[in-house]
Amino acid sequence: MENPIVREISLKMTSKTTSTTNNIAQARRTVQQLRIEASIERIKVSKASADLMCYCEEHARKDPLLMGIPASENPFKDKKTCIIL
Amino acid sequence: MCDQTFLAIVFGPCDKCSKEKPLRAIYIKSEQLNYCSLCVEMMATEGLHENETLASLKSEAESLKGRLEEERAKLHDVELHQVAERVEALGQFVMKTRRTLKGHGNKVLCMDWCKDKRRIVSSSQDGKVIVWDSFTTNKEHAVTMPCTWVMACAYAPSGCAIACGGLDNKCSVYPLTFDKNENMAAKKKSVAMHTNYLSACSFTNSDMQILTASGDGTCALWDVESGQLLQSFHGHGADVLCLDLAPSETGNTFVSGGCDKKAMVWDMRSGQCIQSFETHESDINSVRYYPSGDAFASGSDDATCRLYDLRADREVAIYSKESIIFGASSVDFSLSGRLLFGGYNDYTINVWDVLKGSRVSILFGHENRVSTLRVSPDGTAFCSGSWDHTLRIWA
Repeated sequence: MENPIVREISLKMTSKTTSTTNNIAQARRTVQQLRIEASIERIKVSKASADLMCYCEEHARKDPLLMGIPASENPFKDKKTCIIL
Repeated sequence: MCDQTFLAIVFGPCDKCSKEKPLRAIYIKSEQLNYCSLCVEMMATEGLHENETLASLKSEAESLKGRLEEERAKLHDVELHQVAERVEALGQFVMKTRRTLKGHGNKVLCMDWCKDKRRIVSSSQDGKVIVWDSFTTNKEHAVTMPCTWVMACAYAPSGCAIACGGLDNKCSVYPLTFDKNENMAAKKKSVAMHTNYLSACSFTNSDMQILTASGDGTCALWDVESGQLLQSFHGHGADVLCLDLAPSETGNTFVSGGCDKKAMVWDMRSGQCIQSFETHESDINSVRYYPSGDAFASGSDDATCRLYDLRADREVAIYSKESIIFGASSVDFSLSGRLLFGGYNDYTINVWDVLKGSRVSILFGHENRVSTLRVSPDGTAFCSGSWDHTLRIWA
């Protein structure tokens, strides 16, 4: 036989704390997530930018849209018509 | 229309206290448990340290956010375009529409290239998914989905299957067959199940796993063969609109962007969010990794595209102009990462110099908003899909 007092207390807990415990759980997750994010290792923007530029320069020659490739090599560009001499 | 319903246990014995009560499903380490509402409350307050109230947690969150900003600002010694001043400026670009793919009966919402650099899969609002040969503009396969607004489609790395989904809340995989007698729709396999629309999908390095993003605010990794959920990614506060996998050399991460204005980088194995960026002023419609994997670009409804560097953990460039007031729906990099192509809702495609931050070209041609844009795998051309029912190949 369930103790009616115990049941009363548990009902109160449910109704009073529903919104706040959900918020607490959410707030704890936010704090945990922020802790993880704050602890990652970062480098300076100057170094990161230099690396991005380096990558661009290294691969620029192989970039067809950047360099433009002759029509004969690009399957999408129309070939020049042939002239019969 | 929906042929599957969720099996939800709503009343029964609680997994913790074994009492017969109305149940709520909760997830602990990706495992689903059914707890009664009382046990859920108890769990949430369990392990609460003394004095750890809502207020103290909120203030700790604020101070952590402040510390994060400080750490990021310390390393902000120079701007990308300043460092890029010594790089040669780009010349004039002449890019024209080389092919127009006509055949969709309504707005084209998504497209993807096949690894063979030739085939394209596209999906549209009318529920049709078409596979094209971009060289000849022929349609090779067509399938009609049971739902409209097919917002996501992807080509499998092997070229033997496609995945698509949208308002049906599912991602389905169709094997491509050249047998004229076989009906493609008959071999359909439902892989992913979300509780809201599917906004993006992508195969990982193999045909065996698919990553999906949904309007229910989550991303998920699925096994194609069994349809099993391998990992789910929770953290976005609103619909997730886009995702992109890191280039294979750099490891198991992916980036997602959503309506909560955040772009989040995730670890695929643990389901953990590693980094998050919140500088956009509106929904992020598209995210794409820089070819080296060290950065990613995003396009948003706030009419800007931004570049975020992952190692510097901050935004390093904004691509915007006062004259551009319509949102960017889709972005992609050229092969070397020097050019960023952005499809906008004002029917144009803007080409940006990634390093200098300036616009190098503006392409006209579409007669309605550009909804999707992808550069071909070998970088020789890029394809844009639009609400004007067509796709255009530019080179």
